[in-house]
Amino acid sequence: MTDQHEGQPKRSLSWVEFLIERAIQVSGISAIILVVLIFLFLIKEGTPAFMEVPLSGLFATRWYPIEGYYGLLPLIMGSLIVTIGAAVVSLPLGLATAIFIAEIAPDWVRNILKPFVEVLAGIPSVVIGFIGMLVFAPLIRVTLDIPTGLTAFTGVLLLAWMALPTVVSVAEDVLDAVPKTYRDAGLALGMTRWQVIWRIVLPAGRSGVLMALMLGVGRAIGETMTVMMVTGNAARMPVGLRDFFMPVRTMTATIAAEMGEVAHGSPHYHVLFAVGLTLFVITFAVNIAAASVVFRQVKRAERMLA
Amino acid sequence: MAGDIKIHIQNFGLRYSDGTESLHDITLDIYARQINVLFGPAGGGKSTLLRAMNRLNDLTDVVEQTGHILLDGEDITRPGYDIVRLRRRVGIVFARPVVLPMSIYRNITYGLELAGIRDKATLDAAVTRSLQQSALWEEVHDRLGDPAHALSGGQQQRLCLARVLALQPEVILLDEPTSGLDPISTAKIETTMQELKSDYTFVIVPHSVQQAARVADWASFFLQGELIEHGVGREMFLKPKHTRTEDYITGRFG
Repeated sequence: MTDQHEGQPKRSLSWVEFLIERAIQVSGISAIILVVLIFLFLIKEGTPAFMEVPLSGLFATRWYPIEGYYGLLPLIMGSLIVTIGAAVVSLPLGLATAIFIAEIAPDWVRNILKPFVEVLAGIPSVVIGFIGMLVFAPLIRVTLDIPTGLTAFTGVLLLAWMALPTVVSVAEDVLDAVPKTYRDAGLALGMTRWQVIWRIVLPAGRSGVLMALMLGVGRAIGETMTVMMVTGNAARMPVGLRDFFMPVRTMTATIAAEMGEVAHGSPHYHVLFAVGLTLFVITFAVNIAAASVVFRQVKRAERMLA
Repeated sequence: MAGDIKIHIQNFGLRYSDGTESLHDITLDIYARQINVLFGPAGGGKSTLLRAMNRLNDLTDVVEQTGHILLDGEDITRPGYDIVRLRRRVGIVFARPVVLPMSIYRNITYGLELAGIRDKATLDAAVTRSLQQSALWEEVHDRLGDPAHALSGGQQQRLCLARVLALQPEVILLDEPTSGLDPISTAKIETTMQELKSDYTFVIVPHSVQQAARVADWASFFLQGELIEHGVGREMFLKPKHTRTEDYITGRFG
């Protein structure tokens, strides 16, 4: 095809073209293949767990692998509590910060704050865990007068702190992208600055803000190091509000803590992979939800153009 | 035909933060219940002056503002002036229609609700009246609940006009309100202005000299931030006093 094309001056050039095209193709496909391979590997190593341990055993409330108890519920609940808690804390905080940076702060404050928020995102999670252990945990233990400061609550606070930069940064970009004409229209109707933010800018950027939250949640649910360091890692089933201030153990922390010592091919080993598979599915679901939000946004944008 | 002076602009000048001077020493009267036209080539400062009349420039990077703008003798450029109240007295329609992402009905009632009007009957009446005034009623009266984005460009622009009319301001600023519209929609908006000018003061930046000539009771010719000529519209378009005005009107430049 390319040889017949009149615009091709030299044969060697079309070869270069061909190689570049293939190289891009290979790297693109390999990314997909890698994800598929990981998924297949998880299934291969994880599914035996469902043969070796009965379903009723997996969906039990006791995780004590040495004794043969493989109840996943405390781990799933632990992950959910910490993640949802972090989302609940970081959304209003992150949104408020984003609104402040995008809408209210004068230029020079914005120019300082924005890079700072982004630096916050770059702090390694082990450092945050360290600060959590040394500063937050003792503080929480003393103020709330509980036996240990390594609790779900501590994990929530630190994870919220970690998700915050993502939420702020994405939400700020979204708010910034709301057309100036919308603001002008609101102001021209005699709205106050706050009314413009609350009634026009936020609804207009609604889906983007949701997306920011999803990304924050994605960051929180996969986080391992921090939660391992500050949540106490006791695999107890949280049942009441009180358990919020007790140690929990998340799925990620469980895998990180136990994978190194488990006998290869044992039921415990397979169950850990099943945990990984569960995590994968949850993250996947969160991503799909986020993507569908973005997709809806694109569709609406197309409608506006039409 | 010089009636009451609605807005008095006194030695008004404005400079943006990038150093460009947008308006230089403008002194101009806007007459009540007339169509006041600000026209001239692009970059002449017409829109800037228009936006200064309800202080929308506050949001942009204005570095220096001199002179005063008086609305009914009251200085609106003075610090501490109640801008929200000003914007309810002086409404604006932009070049590109900006409908809010909600229903047709809500687009109109929104400003009223903000002003504290909650009574359903009053709101309904305002919607009907303003849509009739903006010549949109016939086309949308049976689908007021539809999203405003579903309307065509010309309809959206008339909705924006209706939104402003619903607030019953004293002055209506129009910044090239028909630049994206077809001739029929344009004619509808121009007719609306003529019908409403007994109640409202219009200040319009037209999108063409022809439109300026069609609608102007009073006309002001702007060139590069300066007011070149100001006078009765009919006279200016038939017999301009300045050569530069004449050159522009007759199409020698611009």
